[in-house]
Amino acid sequence: MAMKLSIFVALIALLLPLLSTAFSPETPTDRRILVLLDDQSIKSSHSIFFKSLQSRGYDLDFRLADDPKITLQRYGQYLYDGLILFSPHAKRFGGSLDLAGVLEFVDSGRDLVIAANGAASDLVRDIATECGVDFDVDSAAMVIDHTSYAVSKTDGDHTLIASDEFIQSDVILGSEKIKAPVIFRGIAHSLNPVNSLVLKVLSASPSAYSANPEVKLSSPPSMTGSSISLVSVVQARNNARILISGSLDLFSDRLFGSGVQKAGSETIFEKSGNEQFVTELSKWVFHERGHLKAVSIQHHKVGEVVEPAMYRIKDDLEFSVEIYEWSGKSWEPYVSDDVQVQFYMMSPYVLKTLSTNQKGLYSTSFKVPDVYGVFQFKVEYHRLGYTGLSLSKQIPVRPFRHNEYERFITTAFPYYGGSFSMMAGFFVFTIVYLYNK
Amino acid sequence: MGTASTTTTTAAAAASPITPPPLSLLKTLKLKTKQQELLIRSAILCLVYLLAFITRLFSVLRYESMIHEFDPYFNYRTTLFLTDHGFYHFWNWFDSESWYPLGRIIGGTLYPGLMLTAAFIYWCLRFLRFAVHIREVCVLTAPFFASNTTIVAYFFGKELWDSGTGLVAAALIAICPGYISRSVAGSYDNEGVAIFALLLTFYLFVKAVNTGSVAWALASAFGYFYMVSAWGGYVFIINLIPLYVLVLLITGRYSMRLYVAYNCMYVLGMLLAMQIQFVGFQHVQSGEHMAAMGVFFLLQVFYFLDWVKYLLGDAKLFQSFLKITLTCTIGLGGLAFGVGMASGYISPWTGRFYSLLDPTYAKDHIPIIASVSEHQPTAWSSFMFDFHILLFLFPAGLYFCFKRLSDATIFIVMYGLTSMYFASVMVRLILVATPAVCLISAIAVSATIRNLTSLVRTKSKVSNTSSSKGAVSAKASSKASSDLSPPFGKNAAVALLLGAFYLLSKYVIHCTWVTSEAYSSPSIVLAARGAYGGRVIFDDYREAYYWLRQNTPPDAKVMSWWDYGYQITAMGNRTVIVDNNTWNNTHIATVGRAMSSYEDEAYEIMRSLDVDYVLVVFGGVTGYSSDDINKFLWMVRIGGGVFPVIKEPDYLVNGEYRVDKGAAPKMLNCLMYKLSYYRFGELTTEYGRPPGYDRARGVEIGNKDVKLEYLEEAYTTSNWIVRIYKVKPPSNRW
Repeated sequence: MAMKLSIFVALIALLLPLLSTAFSPETPTDRRILVLLDDQSIKSSHSIFFKSLQSRGYDLDFRLADDPKITLQRYGQYLYDGLILFSPHAKRFGGSLDLAGVLEFVDSGRDLVIAANGAASDLVRDIATECGVDFDVDSAAMVIDHTSYAVSKTDGDHTLIASDEFIQSDVILGSEKIKAPVIFRGIAHSLNPVNSLVLKVLSASPSAYSANPEVKLSSPPSMTGSSISLVSVVQARNNARILISGSLDLFSDRLFGSGVQKAGSETIFEKSGNEQFVTELSKWVFHERGHLKAVSIQHHKVGEVVEPAMYRIKDDLEFSVEIYEWSGKSWEPYVSDDVQVQFYMMSPYVLKTLSTNQKGLYSTSFKVPDVYGVFQFKVEYHRLGYTGLSLSKQIPVRPFRHNEYERFITTAFPYYGGSFSMMAGFFVFTIVYLYNK
Repeated sequence: MGTASTTTTTAAAAASPITPPPLSLLKTLKLKTKQQELLIRSAILCLVYLLAFITRLFSVLRYESMIHEFDPYFNYRTTLFLTDHGFYHFWNWFDSESWYPLGRIIGGTLYPGLMLTAAFIYWCLRFLRFAVHIREVCVLTAPFFASNTTIVAYFFGKELWDSGTGLVAAALIAICPGYISRSVAGSYDNEGVAIFALLLTFYLFVKAVNTGSVAWALASAFGYFYMVSAWGGYVFIINLIPLYVLVLLITGRYSMRLYVAYNCMYVLGMLLAMQIQFVGFQHVQSGEHMAAMGVFFLLQVFYFLDWVKYLLGDAKLFQSFLKITLTCTIGLGGLAFGVGMASGYISPWTGRFYSLLDPTYAKDHIPIIASVSEHQPTAWSSFMFDFHILLFLFPAGLYFCFKRLSDATIFIVMYGLTSMYFASVMVRLILVATPAVCLISAIAVSATIRNLTSLVRTKSKVSNTSSSKGAVSAKASSKASSDLSPPFGKNAAVALLLGAFYLLSKYVIHCTWVTSEAYSSPSIVLAARGAYGGRVIFDDYREAYYWLRQNTPPDAKVMSWWDYGYQITAMGNRTVIVDNNTWNNTHIATVGRAMSSYEDEAYEIMRSLDVDYVLVVFGGVTGYSSDDINKFLWMVRIGGGVFPVIKEPDYLVNGEYRVDKGAAPKMLNCLMYKLSYYRFGELTTEYGRPPGYDRARGVEIGNKDVKLEYLEEAYTTSNWIVRIYKVKPPSNRW
């Protein structure tokens, strides 16, 4: 078993950093989280969110963003598994932490939550930019929506908006539908089109735009409509997860508890959708959901059990892989009918959907194509919200050996006849020639 | 050395008065002159045999017992596999470490003769309880076979002219640089064995034609089989021999001996050659082999006509019959050939064959053949370098051959003339011409010296000691020469003899010098003269390959230009994308395209080929001129031949290839340039020059600030000759 595990570890190159250096691959849920705050009042004003994390078993370490003793790692080991940046105004972090330090933290497979606010600092913007998200350059601009704002007695500038344009994914937002719209007040961001990993989780309505509510709009706003993202997530290639929100208030107790009425709608919700939305999203970000692992990739000839070092063309083989999903406490079998395996050499020669036994085991069998070369078994499984699985296992395929061809073939009988009659004829001729006089 | 043949006779004569043995021996001395001559002859042959071996050992003494060049590393690797795993595994070996991801069926795509020979020697030594390493056997295989070639050359010369000629030929070929270039110790290549096989086949065939014996013909067929198993140059044999037969037919020298020799040799040789997997059915299917088959049928027709003529006994009847048969045969043959060509059963001539017949063909059509340095047309100087005085003796030898035409001399004349033509088309084919040149020159040397010595000795009246067989011609020529006035003739003869001796000793000096200076460097270890005259060794290649072996994952794929493929697999033990077995032009073109693209485009190509490391060879620091920047235009040409997005003019400025500030922008930013010159701009290579001065090309480079985005430097050897880069994985967050 240990042997198999080591082979597996060596093979999934993309998961390698996660498995070997991050929190234990066996229990991928984050346990220790560093929370950086602009001031201590946030700790109390956002206490529901923090409490929900703590009740789920997370160990939160609150620090002021300018605390000189902040350090993410000691002796080359990371002290935390996750980082929450609730410090939109921090110009720089205390201690040794800087932009590169945060990115390195993410690139080591750990998770990050960034919440910005009006007048977010360049540091926060830079971190977001590195994650594929661009905040509006105008630091005073906020998201304004005159049609789908949240009805409120105090606000008249429609910067408090109610949105229910969620991403359609049970994995990211939980299977339970979010009942009420989410109230949002903050700045807009857009996704960098080059980045293919970033996703809009909560987007603005088509009538939204980003502008400074204090001054009169003199030129067309730079960001408009549903290209504005309010909350985005990134799942990096090493499975680190990043949550970027344009609003820190989104997580606040005040908005968690307030009722909401969307403009133009008669329905009044007692409680906004913020708490459910944020809690479900944090479950995803901290790997309580959608985290897959693939183990024991195996292949062998039909009727055998040992994995060969090489196949021959036209061999029949069986391929299997086990895929599990982390439920937050234990590994549960992952059940799906769209996992496919490729038998690949520069292009897939065989592409087969794997059948599952509902217990995590996926398997199939096929015939090796009539082409020799160095093939790979490839499983490329990328589904919205789930850990991307990129497995490959190299296996050479050789042609027939000299003695593996058919010994006698029917079409060659004329030739056999020819050669044997020639031999007999020569023999007879010799006798006749020698003894006939 | 050439005077050795005359020493046999004169020494025998001189020996009689000097030796003071007992009376009985003195009495029998006259009877034993022949035996003495035999003793001296065989002693000379033994010395030549040793000399041929010893003169090839320079590189072992200078450097170490190692394999040279590029191809020999593949041969060594396969030999190692053969001795480790046995013949059947070797025969069925599918190598997944080269040509990734296509792989290569080694057993079916090589000439196994060399490996089997070395393995056989190894097993014999093992059986005799000599605990040798297979590498030593491989290193010494070529010198050993060179020694054997001298023996064959002796017998061939004897068959052609007389035993004196044989000795001269053996001595000439033992040290001829044209042959040494391919057979020094460590040059473990097919040619080392193949020249022996080639000469052996020719000798046995000539013997068969001379005797008309089936046994010699069959022996020749086996020699041919060995040649086919060892080298692709066997095509030369299978075309030269039919041509020779055709010439004999045309000149009216058709005989039963020829019929027997050719038929036995061709039929058995063809059947045996088919046993080599790589050759397969080419003898009946490929255009290059059709001449032999055509001549085979022609001989049958000749024989048949002879028989009919004998039966009919009427000239007129026979004439009309001849007309009918000839038209029918030619018509049928032409029809069969035409149908075969049209249906694709007979493959057309390959590009390599065309490029031999038309030297400009490869340049226009097959850049991959034209790019190989040893496929370039031969320069005049290399003829002089490789043949020295033989170049002048060759025409003289031809003159002697024409003076005494026989079936055998016709053969050697044809061999000499055709191979000289091929030698002038391709540098490497000088090797094929060498035996012929040595043999023909030997005829010239031997005949001249024999004439001169007989002239000298007519005065001393001891000419009766010359061996009877070879003396036939000597008598004829001495008759002619005796017309000269005796004192003047004698002095002139002595002077000429001295001249010949001087020339031949010059030849020996030249050969030894060439062997020592030019042909004994292993090319994997480079040597240069330091500032104070001391020898500086650049061992960067092995340093890089061992780094790969020690520091990269075992399944890492290394991309480099194909020249280094064999060495990386053999010494670095890592998978390569392309190697020196240039069987897949598209794959090589893909690598060429990656090297000549911008970094981001190249990254896509490298990702699709699963490349982990990129290896480039760079001579800018040491002034090593055969590096990748100088080979780069070939990469562009070969890449552009398959992928038209790569255009050669993009890399040139006004048709000029340059790397300095005036270079083309694409050149300055392509992958090969970046990898070669990464961080080179920071280095001062020569005192008094700006940093970034490229010593191989003598210019200051144009792009000193090379930034790499998708690759990172992994290793650079101590003299910067080999640079290895790691391909980064895709960015984590993008």
